[in-house]
Amino acid sequence: MKVVYNGEKDRAFKEVLGETIPRLAEEDKDVIYLDADLMGCIGTAKWAAANPDRAINCGIAEANMMGIAAGMSAVGFKPIVHTFGPFASRRCFDQIFLSGAYAGNSVTVIGTDPGVCAAFNGGTHMPFEDMALYRAIPGAYVFDITDAAMLESVLEQCKDMEGIKYIRVGRKNNMKMYEEGMKAEIGKGIVVKEYGTDAVVFACGIMVAMAVEAAEILKKEGIQITVVDMFTVKPLDEELVEKYAKAAGAVVTAENHNKIGGLYSAVTEVLSKKCPTPVEYVAVEDVFGEVGPQDYLEKQFGLTPEHIVEKVKAAIARK
Amino acid sequence: MLDKQLEKELQRFALEIRIGAVEEFKARGFGHVGGSLSVADALAVLYGAVMKYDPKNPKMEDRDKLVCSKGHAGPSVYAALGLKGFFPYEEIKTLNQPGTNFPSHCDRQKTPGVDMTTGSLGQGTSLAVGMAMGDKLKGRDSRTFLIVGDGESDEGQVWEAAMFTAAKKVTNLVWLIDNNKKQLDGYTKDILDSGDLREKFEAFGFEAVRIDGNDIAQLYDVLTKKAEDKPIAVILDTVKGKGVKEVEETMGNHSMNVPAETYDKWLGELRAELAALA
Ligand SMILES: Cc1ncc(C[n+]2csc(CCOP(=O)(O)OP(=O)(O)O)c2C)c(N)n1
Ligand SMILES: [Mg+2]
Repeated sequence: MKVVYNGEKDRAFKEVLGETIPRLAEEDKDVIYLDADLMGCIGTAKWAAANPDRAINCGIAEANMMGIAAGMSAVGFKPIVHTFGPFASRRCFDQIFLSGAYAGNSVTVIGTDPGVCAAFNGGTHMPFEDMALYRAIPGAYVFDITDAAMLESVLEQCKDMEGIKYIRVGRKNNMKMYEEGMKAEIGKGIVVKEYGTDAVVFACGIMVAMAVEAAEILKKEGIQITVVDMFTVKPLDEELVEKYAKAAGAVVTAENHNKIGGLYSAVTEVLSKKCPTPVEYVAVEDVFGEVGPQDYLEKQFGLTPEHIVEKVKAAIARK
Repeated sequence: MLDKQLEKELQRFALEIRIGAVEEFKARGFGHVGGSLSVADALAVLYGAVMKYDPKNPKMEDRDKLVCSKGHAGPSVYAALGLKGFFPYEEIKTLNQPGTNFPSHCDRQKTPGVDMTTGSLGQGTSLAVGMAMGDKLKGRDSRTFLIVGDGESDEGQVWEAAMFTAAKKVTNLVWLIDNNKKQLDGYTKDILDSGDLREKFEAFGFEAVRIDGNDIAQLYDVLTKKAEDKPIAVILDTVKGKGVKEVEETMGNHSMNVPAETYDKWLGELRAELAALA
């Protein structure tokens, strides 16, 4: 996997969604796309209008949409469903859980604007708990997307996978991390920076680039760390977690999510059983979201490279 | 019947609400313009002549309450409350700034005078039912006014709440459906056609009426009327973006982001109209 990170912004996720969803539907006649009045927000509206049998606007009725998607799965479709993260998780949770997972149906769910990416839509639209909810569904997959190339790769694979697949991703642009055309192997972490084993940072989503930045800052101070992109939060790459935790003896997790139920939980669940290691976290401190520009919110909730640096030092001090 | 003097006052208040909302959008640069402007007249009549409240005591128990279930119309609600003195008017211009008390969507824990937190469409309906029924059970003489979007009415919860309202005779709850014909992705009839909303509410057991929701006199007549046996539902035929010609004529007017000069132009038009009504 070629990491091409150089601190520059990537293509907008909205563009990737607007291209990839129509492309997948055109390549595979079983793919059907459902949205809840937010097509305009991910650039699919025009294609959808021209292809009414392949793209269905369900209106603002997320629970109904999830049930319909699950029903379509039962008769041979491969539904891809989109709405904002909170409405793709909380607003329709029982439908995803029972009509989807429990009934053995397969749905790819895209929840946009995770955590602080919801910015100006504010607290009602800012999911810090979506990964926790989806992680609690037996057999579900949970992805927190790092960049555009990864989004394309994950989407391509999800459409053919059985079960419930939750993809949390922004609509704007993250930092570019990977070369175009990369294949993100589901369930495997990606080592994006390997300066040394003073500590290891497991990060996902917008926090991956921040963890790389933190690694650079720490390197200047003589601290050599490894950064792993844990974009598949479930099923977690337990082997890799164990391997690096053993090698480093100090672990930090970083996520744009509540500290409860997300990556920190997933990593500590593994380590507490397999190899108890000091773990520090960068995550939202069990509070609700609020309104504001994303950079303000990142600072407000401590989702910054500087905070990762601090937590790395704290983890090392506990060795 | 509304006398001419009060009618003019309320028309002025509606214009001031629109000016306030546009000032908020200008300060932030963008926002939910269309759906904020379409309800300005209903808010003007409610806060200007119908509702019982005390800006100095926003939590007064037997006040009338407003639930703006289409929480993204917050900017117009804030303007109405600011103009009525719930807080210093100028504060509304902090819309969506870091640390603000005026977020995109209504928040009862942040803004004095906002009676309920909304933003996840559909949920305000049941909340309003609970508030109205609770007030009734407490023996208070107060009404709750619920504003629901026409797109929002796609949500199943809206109809669960409607069925409950009629079945349990929650007659101190007044439903207002902002039938501005559009939602986010386009025309409501293209996205999920809700058919005849008045007939639907009538079938659910409401006394359902349909009025020009941008007409002050018609709003006044129905909102001053007290329900008898059945709860009242008012289908407000409105225009998304009402009051600013350029917004009305823009197809994608749900959320807009225009340069400061454009906002100034809109403000100029609204202020000229206000002056003409003096
Ligand atoms: C449960 C939920 N789903 C989706 C959204 C995103 N959203 C905000 S406003 C809107 C369109 C609302 O249309 P309508 O109710 O007609 O409001 P109006 O036309 O008055 O702006 C959508 C889809 C939301 N806020 N809540
Ligand atoms: Mg509407």
